[in-house]
Amino acid sequence: MTNHWIDIKNADVILIMGSNAAEHHPISFKWVLKAKDAGATVIHIDPKFSRTSARSDMHVPLRSGTDIPLLGGMVRYILEKEKFNREYVAEYTNASFIVGEGYDFKNGLFSGFDPSAKKYDQKKWVFTVDENGVPKRDKTLNHPRCVFQLMKKHYQRYTPKKVSAVTGVSGENLLKVYEIYAATGAPGKAGTMMYALGWTQHTVGVQNIRLGAIVQLLLGNMGVAGGGINALRGEPNVQGSTDHCILWNTLPGYLPLPTSDQTTLEKYLRANTPQTHDPKSVNWWSNKPKYVVSLLKGWMGEAATSENGFGYGWLPKADPGVDYSVIFLLDRMYKGQIKGGFILGHNPAQSMPNSNKVRKALDKLDWLAVAEIHNSETTDFWRRPGVDPKKIQTEVFLLPSCQRGEKDGSITNSGRWLMWHAKGIEPMGRSRSMGSMVVDIFKRVRALYAKESGAFPDPILKMVWPEVYDADGVAKRINGAYTRDMTVKGKQYKKGEQVESFLFLRDDGSTSSLNWLYAGSYGSAGNLARRRDLAQTSMQARIGLFPNFSWAWPVNRRILYNRASVDPNGKPFNAAKPVIAWENDKWVGDVPDGPAPPMASPRGKYPFIMQMQGMGQLYGPGRVDGPFPEHYEPAETPVRSHPFSAQLSNPCMKGAQSDMDVLAKPGDPRFPFVLTTYGVAEQWCGGVDTRNTALLLETEPQLYVEMSPELARLRGIGNGEPVVVESARGRVEAIAMVTVRLTPFTVLGKTVHLVGMPFCFGWTTPGAGDATNRLSASVCDPNVSIPEYKACLVDVRKAQKVTELHV
Amino acid sequence: MAKALFIDTSRCIACRGCQTACKEWHGLPAVPTRQRGTHQNPPDLNPFNYKLVRFTEAKTAGKVEWLFFPDQCHHCLEPSCKGTAESFAPEAIVVDKKTGAVVYTEKTANLTAAQCKEIQQSCPYDIPRRNDKTGILTKCDMCIDRIRADLAPICVKTCGTGAMNFGERDAMLAMAHHRLGAVKVSHPKAQLVDPEDVRVIYLVTNPEPALKKQGKQAVESYSRRELLGGLVSPFRRMAG
Ligand code: SF4
Ligand code: SF4
Repeated sequence: MTNHWIDIKNADVILIMGSNAAEHHPISFKWVLKAKDAGATVIHIDPKFSRTSARSDMHVPLRSGTDIPLLGGMVRYILEKEKFNREYVAEYTNASFIVGEGYDFKNGLFSGFDPSAKKYDQKKWVFTVDENGVPKRDKTLNHPRCVFQLMKKHYQRYTPKKVSAVTGVSGENLLKVYEIYAATGAPGKAGTMMYALGWTQHTVGVQNIRLGAIVQLLLGNMGVAGGGINALRGEPNVQGSTDHCILWNTLPGYLPLPTSDQTTLEKYLRANTPQTHDPKSVNWWSNKPKYVVSLLKGWMGEAATSENGFGYGWLPKADPGVDYSVIFLLDRMYKGQIKGGFILGHNPAQSMPNSNKVRKALDKLDWLAVAEIHNSETTDFWRRPGVDPKKIQTEVFLLPSCQRGEKDGSITNSGRWLMWHAKGIEPMGRSRSMGSMVVDIFKRVRALYAKESGAFPDPILKMVWPEVYDADGVAKRINGAYTRDMTVKGKQYKKGEQVESFLFLRDDGSTSSLNWLYAGSYGSAGNLARRRDLAQTSMQARIGLFPNFSWAWPVNRRILYNRASVDPNGKPFNAAKPVIAWENDKWVGDVPDGPAPPMASPRGKYPFIMQMQGMGQLYGPGRVDGPFPEHYEPAETPVRSHPFSAQLSNPCMKGAQSDMDVLAKPGDPRFPFVLTTYGVAEQWCGGVDTRNTALLLETEPQLYVEMSPELARLRGIGNGEPVVVESARGRVEAIAMVTVRLTPFTVLGKTVHLVGMPFCFGWTTPGAGDATNRLSASVCDPNVSIPEYKACLVDVRKAQKVTELHV
Repeated sequence: MAKALFIDTSRCIACRGCQTACKEWHGLPAVPTRQRGTHQNPPDLNPFNYKLVRFTEAKTAGKVEWLFFPDQCHHCLEPSCKGTAESFAPEAIVVDKKTGAVVYTEKTANLTAAQCKEIQQSCPYDIPRRNDKTGILTKCDMCIDRIRADLAPICVKTCGTGAMNFGERDAMLAMAHHRLGAVKVSHPKAQLVDPEDVRVIYLVTNPEPALKKQGKQAVESYSRRELLGGLVSPFRRMAG
């Protein structure tokens, strides 16, 4: 979230799209309802009427995979009716930037497309720059090649008629949504967007979010109280694990993973450190060398010296252009290219798409170690239904893991608050924390290397490694410390003393930090994640900001890009709900995005400090599938064409290729219905924890498929009857939940039925049903490789015989 | 001082935190359930579920309405269950003087199955359930143990949305009337359920009994006849 949970209460309009917030983030509704009490309007746009819709002012059913048409139509409306915040757009976004002559858009494709590689030459999309390399601007926004005009032209095509035809949303509903939401462009008004996997899990996932952010920038909703673009991140510590690089392509703190052609630290830093000659742009990532070197010092300690590039050569490196994300990893496993490995707290045999293939992939391993709290479809894949355990050669090790209440540690909540939790009880049986498993396993591996040596022993032998796992000790190292006695700005620091924030990190090896974003969480004042102090100033009280409760990254800033909440003179756009204000030559309120004075002053800075040019990116030349979001159908779609172009699906879409990765044709008569998948409030993610919690299983005991009464009639299915759902990849049994909460869509003049299923059930819970993901496809977004769980094609029919469910 | 709960169903998101926490606090075992085409599970109150969130949906004139009703004992000021039980087994059902909570004691085991049935039928909200194994009659006890320890009932403690509230009866009544005024703007039919007669005061947005307590699925439209046919366990009196 750019903002945080409490801040939702400051919104005038709340747009929940691509999320079932009430069910998956119940606590968010504490704040949504508070906003409603204060007069806010809540709109829920989602294929299904859910518990979220029940508490919203308006539910708008939308065909899964058509968020871009709906939002594109909103951009068109905002521009046409001049609802945008002109000062904000001209001063704080790249609307005024002049785009080079290389950029073009025709027939659904941007310029520079190479069909054989399914890739764009992104150099075609660059800005026109002056002699200093700074983009040329026209703040009147009239230049025909400025971003604003190109954007206007692009979304001119998203007429209400076309949007309505492709999304299945009535023209009346569209207009209502546009009117209500665009009204937050007025000064002093704020609209927030709450989204989750309903936006991300598409082959256009990144562009869905980009378009949401574009709307927010146009309306001046970024950086303000009650605004922002808010990814609702869940209890499994999604935020914290992403910050600490759960994804293959980053190092902690969103530093890019080195590639094998970046052979030295200098080459790596040169390739990844953006430079600007615009003195008003903070260009925060220009600090990257300090964070990288401090990370290497944190990992390698004394062994990291300036002579050896601080041990950069010891880091694992990715081959350029190779995708190591989990879909492709599992694909390589299926093809026998992986011998063994560890799976920690993850249940791919149930939660990854096309799980029939995933299960076969696991069969190919020689060995597998799984750390889990309960037995899961992954720990027990070798004895799954229909398989003879004797024929599976994989040796499987189960490492019993303890639960959160049995260990110290932290989670980072969706609002980027680092929250410490203390152990309540001792771990059950021989279970232990995953941290202690990793510490001990690595120690044994290291002892073997010390004794027997082996290939490339240096990183293993030289890494700083604790004797025993200690969560507090790790938190300290994450914050970072001085590696030698130092004098900074006249102040003395001793070797081993904690650094106070990332402003003190250096690229000369004198500081260490395992994650620059968290530097400041554990300085001289101790572990700030433990704080539960409600003290605040009266200004902070107005927007529900509690700076002394826990600690938020970065530097305890609670609302990101808060310099965009004030005008160029530092005066809040919304005087009633100020985030920061420039008073008596200093900032008050939240921790500002940098100490520089307001933008209008000679030393002032632009607000979007993480962007090289300091501006909110309406035009995003950094995305591999285009600088403006454009509508493409899901990889499996019920339509054979759409009204925006002849390019049916995302031209850059990725996917696994194997005999088991079959896709239904567009409009395939064998699979006429759209399937969307989701969680359910009472089961947690893949359900391994909650299916093993009897009281929760009591509330949601079995796999179901929600369908409209119209579809049920069409297929002769009664409520509560077992049915078979089938895709080009698999077959799943489920109980029919026939409900008026689903409604058939009229898409391009034809009726399209959509069904929905939770993904949380698996065969290790007897009679509960087995993985819904046997239906979904291993196709993904080209920017971040997130799978398209939210839309595929299926057929549904009455079950003749039931084997997966107790009925 | 006499206590009360105020349950604002217009704030309920049916997360079922209260339903589950109630079982946990009272140490009640899970009951086996099946997916029957609704989220409502278990299907009804039973000796192991004192609290149950009822789900009711309907589509009228193209508009979907999904109602959530966290059902439980209303802790009547003059509990008819107690009145009925008195002649069968005195002290089987007692009213706690301090809080006003209506509490079923172990002495309910002295009641016969038929007597329990009679007690159940005398309850205007169809709440008590008999454990046929132990013979004990069960229902919500307002977490009297928690209240005596100065804690709110566990369902209230668990609820994150402000649907469940607990306090002095006067304060709860005031809160109920205040909320009713606010909710009526968007839900003109909103009502408080028997506020003068109970210690668990419900605010409902749509008082159609047919919609509310049956847990009936997919009522696409309901005719007057169906509506009247559904009036099996009406609320005694609605207050505007
Ligand atoms: S805990 Fe609150 S919101 Fe959740 S079901 Fe119970 S009353 Fe409703
Ligand atoms: S609601 Fe029923 S069980 Fe509860 S006190 Fe009243 S009569 Fe007795």
